[in-house]
Amino acid sequence: MAQPLVKKDDDRDDEEYSPFLGIEKGAVLQEARVFNDPQLDSRRCSQVITKLLYLLNQGETFTKVEATEVFFSVTKLFQSRDIGLRRMVYLIIKELSPSADEVIIVTSSLMKDMNSKTDMYRANAIRVLCRITDGTLLTQIERYLKQAIVDKNPVVASAALVSGIHLLQTNPEIVKRWSNEVQEAVQSRAALVQFHALALLHQIRQNDRLAVSKLVTSLTRGTVRSPLAQCLLIRYTSQVIRESAGNAQMGDRPFYDYLEGCLRHKAEMVIFEAARAITELHGVTTRELTPAITVLQLFLSSSKPVLRFAAVRTLNKVAMTHPMAVTNCNIDMESLISDQNRSIATLAITTLLKTGNESSVDRLMKQITNFMSDIADEFKIVVVEAIRSLCLKFPLKYRALMNFLSNILREEGGFEYKKAIVDSIVILIRDIPDAKESGLLHLCEFIEDCEFTYLSTQILHFLGIEGPKTSDPSKYIRYIYNRVHLENATVRASAVSTLAKFGALVDSLKPRVFILLRRCLFDSDDEVRDRATLYLNTLGGDGSVVETDSDVKDFLFGSLDVPLVNLETSLKNYEASEEPFDINSVPKEIKSQPLAEKKAQSKKPTGLGVTPSAPVSTVDAYEKLLSSIPEFSNFGKLFKSSAPVELTEPETEYAVNVVKHIFDSHVVFQYNCTNTIPEQLLENVIVAVDASEAEEFSEVASKPLASLPYDTPGQTFLAFERPEGVPAVGKFSNTLRFIVKEVDPTTGEAEEDGVEDEYQLEDLEVVPADYILKVPVFNFRNAWESMGPDFERIDEYGLGQRESLTEAVNTVINLLGLQPCEGTEVLASNSRSHTCLLSGVYIGNVKVLVRLSFGIDSSREVAMKLAVRSEDEAVSDAIHEIVGSG
Amino acid sequence: MESCPSIKNILLLDSEGKRVAVKYYSEDWPTNSAKESFEKAVFTKTQKTNARTEAEIAMFENTIVVYKFVQDLHFFVTGGDNENELILSTVLQGFFDAVGILLRGNVDKKEALENLDLILLCLDEIVDGGIVLETDSNVIASKVASHSIDAGAPLSEQTISQALATAREHLARSLLK
Repeated sequence: MAQPLVKKDDDRDDEEYSPFLGIEKGAVLQEARVFNDPQLDSRRCSQVITKLLYLLNQGETFTKVEATEVFFSVTKLFQSRDIGLRRMVYLIIKELSPSADEVIIVTSSLMKDMNSKTDMYRANAIRVLCRITDGTLLTQIERYLKQAIVDKNPVVASAALVSGIHLLQTNPEIVKRWSNEVQEAVQSRAALVQFHALALLHQIRQNDRLAVSKLVTSLTRGTVRSPLAQCLLIRYTSQVIRESAGNAQMGDRPFYDYLEGCLRHKAEMVIFEAARAITELHGVTTRELTPAITVLQLFLSSSKPVLRFAAVRTLNKVAMTHPMAVTNCNIDMESLISDQNRSIATLAITTLLKTGNESSVDRLMKQITNFMSDIADEFKIVVVEAIRSLCLKFPLKYRALMNFLSNILREEGGFEYKKAIVDSIVILIRDIPDAKESGLLHLCEFIEDCEFTYLSTQILHFLGIEGPKTSDPSKYIRYIYNRVHLENATVRASAVSTLAKFGALVDSLKPRVFILLRRCLFDSDDEVRDRATLYLNTLGGDGSVVETDSDVKDFLFGSLDVPLVNLETSLKNYEASEEPFDINSVPKEIKSQPLAEKKAQSKKPTGLGVTPSAPVSTVDAYEKLLSSIPEFSNFGKLFKSSAPVELTEPETEYAVNVVKHIFDSHVVFQYNCTNTIPEQLLENVIVAVDASEAEEFSEVASKPLASLPYDTPGQTFLAFERPEGVPAVGKFSNTLRFIVKEVDPTTGEAEEDGVEDEYQLEDLEVVPADYILKVPVFNFRNAWESMGPDFERIDEYGLGQRESLTEAVNTVINLLGLQPCEGTEVLASNSRSHTCLLSGVYIGNVKVLVRLSFGIDSSREVAMKLAVRSEDEAVSDAIHEIVGSG
Repeated sequence: MESCPSIKNILLLDSEGKRVAVKYYSEDWPTNSAKESFEKAVFTKTQKTNARTEAEIAMFENTIVVYKFVQDLHFFVTGGDNENELILSTVLQGFFDAVGILLRGNVDKKEALENLDLILLCLDEIVDGGIVLETDSNVIASKVASHSIDAGAPLSEQTISQALATAREHLARSLLK
């Protein structure tokens, strides 16, 4: 192992040969002793350092002791005057990343190099020192660094500037003092110095919008030499454009001319950066887009894959928002389908699918079919998703697209890919009625030969819902029953459920389904047997063919109207006993923010008898709290608790907020009070309420708070009766009444006598939204259809002039207190119309679904169409009343 | 987006995907095994592509990788998925050409390992902590080469040998075409 570098093994394959063959950490560390020789052999030392670096590079780690030992011996090498060796010393010091007390050893050597006459020494010593130094040392070398920034040697200046960029993360206050020098370096004639200086200057000033704007203004007029610096400047310019977007009215966008000018730059890097920046402009117009699209189109036919990729990726993004702008590139795009680079081909395909029109679909599908066989699954998934959205866009073309999906479903593929296809088919079946029958048959054929249990069960479940409603349900039975014969227990069990659903809905099939189900009673798996028994009993499988009653249908098809998380918690809490588990006891409210988080947000605790660490949902906590108070125990089940409403300004003497608890015929106000005065103790705390503006409410019970010491929250309660089931509204004015006693802050003892006092609180309103629970539905369309139009109420409203469509949508959502579904509460930033889906439960356990369509015109007048479906006519009307009076 | 262009890593692997020299600048791969599995994934996915005449490009998870192969060496430069692809490819080209100059046209694994010190210095001169230091291959190579020459070596000789190297490089390329 003495001279491995000259060891040329002749007996090994040439390919196997490596100068580091058989290298071993222990041996190299031994070799590192040459660093301590009085007569340094610089060549040998360089070789040893290379070996150490090789080991580190291969992922070998040194122990603390080993690293320290190597570091100390390396520091000896500063004696050598060999430039090559010195370079290796710099490298290994950076790799060893010495600790603070070790850094001191090399500091003086490095500082000497920083002031050396050799530029290479200066530049490298700066980079090494800045890499390993900490804040304290930095103040010592700051002076040299400032000088280095304006050094006439570009390598030195760049080294100092780049080090500055890194140091800004850890020592911003020091680096910020260098801005004069950095400013000077921005004007440097050396290309890369300018780039590094610009990056540093921007980072120093990034929180000062005005300064950034000035910087951009002056530089966009001047000359920026390096393409890299130009790219940076384009990024900063888009930032300025974005931040000034708010006040710029229509008309010419500031700096757009600069960006457009960059499209004619000689460096492709800059052209692309500018084109991309233009396409990403907020609310970009077609006129602004055109020149950018034109240059990107040229890139599409470049011989360089990187350029083609960059262009097609950007155009793909543009196609999502401005498909028309990209159609000009379609011909170039089509030739990319056969691109060697499959990433480029996939991006081209998906772009075409987004921009394509109805007439080009067939041709496109033909091209894609050839292409699918030779790309990886992840790309196929992208294509499948693009085809799905294309099909939804052109429902008339479903036949071609559905055929394509079923063909690729039959081919080889992994789980994710197959799942994407199945999901797409399911969505198409749901949304395009004509596609239903053929789609279901494709799925049936697929499960005949499907290796994924998850997909089989999903499809069987879906078949159970959709199959019975088709014109000829009997043809699916064979496919389903085959599963019972050929599959694993999980799939068999779900096939049994599906059979039962056919039996329940199609009376003519009932006898045959019963025969099949009875056969399943002898299955080897108990879940399959259990299900078969259950369904035979519920469907009345004693041979008589009876009309399936609605309870059974509900059981088979009704969606679970409780959130699964809550059901899981309730089941975990359920202790096996005589009493059966009651699904109605599961809370329906989605778990709101846990109390602990709320407390973290506001410094004043809202005060509930729960420890913050306990992971109890607010609903559970309230229910527990209220049921512990005997006065309220006969009110029945808690329907809803509101979020706390503050009744005092922040930072006042007493902090009070209120939670409204709604019961069937009662309302309980829970006042959470906090005393913020250390010198006071409050006793007999109660809220006096004037309910003259809430006629339908009458006070029935109150529970005062005996004592409210400093900074310990407590609650007082008031209960009102109201007509049962009626969503009565009203306004309550509140006054906090109490006896105040002085407290000696040093001893903490209160005086004997107290004084009666009162404190005015803000008014509290009970609003219609208090009677509505936010309950999401997971498939709004299905829920809407199954609710039926019996109690549908539709009306239109003018909402007047609004700030924006988003603001109008949010106002209505908050007014109604319903749960937005399927993310429809989020609007695209500049959309002119929007549909929002809401769901919830009205008091009396009446399900409500709402479909809101909004439109906004150029004068910002908002109109809204409100369609309500519910299980009760009165409730549908009530929802309209809320909006009408809101 | 308004940040400085940054490089996540530069990899130089051999024809079996083993490391010749690698340098990571981001914290995306905290452990050596994370780094190795990234290298393996990149290597296997790019292995079959022809990246010998022009640099190729691919996406992995949330990164963009540009790559170029020569003999039994595979060069990779990785950036974030929002990075300007052309900046990444400029860095790759700089690295690729600088190695070509430093190894005097004999770019293969054996030569690279025998001159590993030059390769490591070359990486050090291209990117510092993720920030692009230099992209011009001639400048990079001259910075590296000036170190490997003994202090006493006459300057003129150094430039001549460099010029020779460049010339040989150009010759080799024109022959390849």
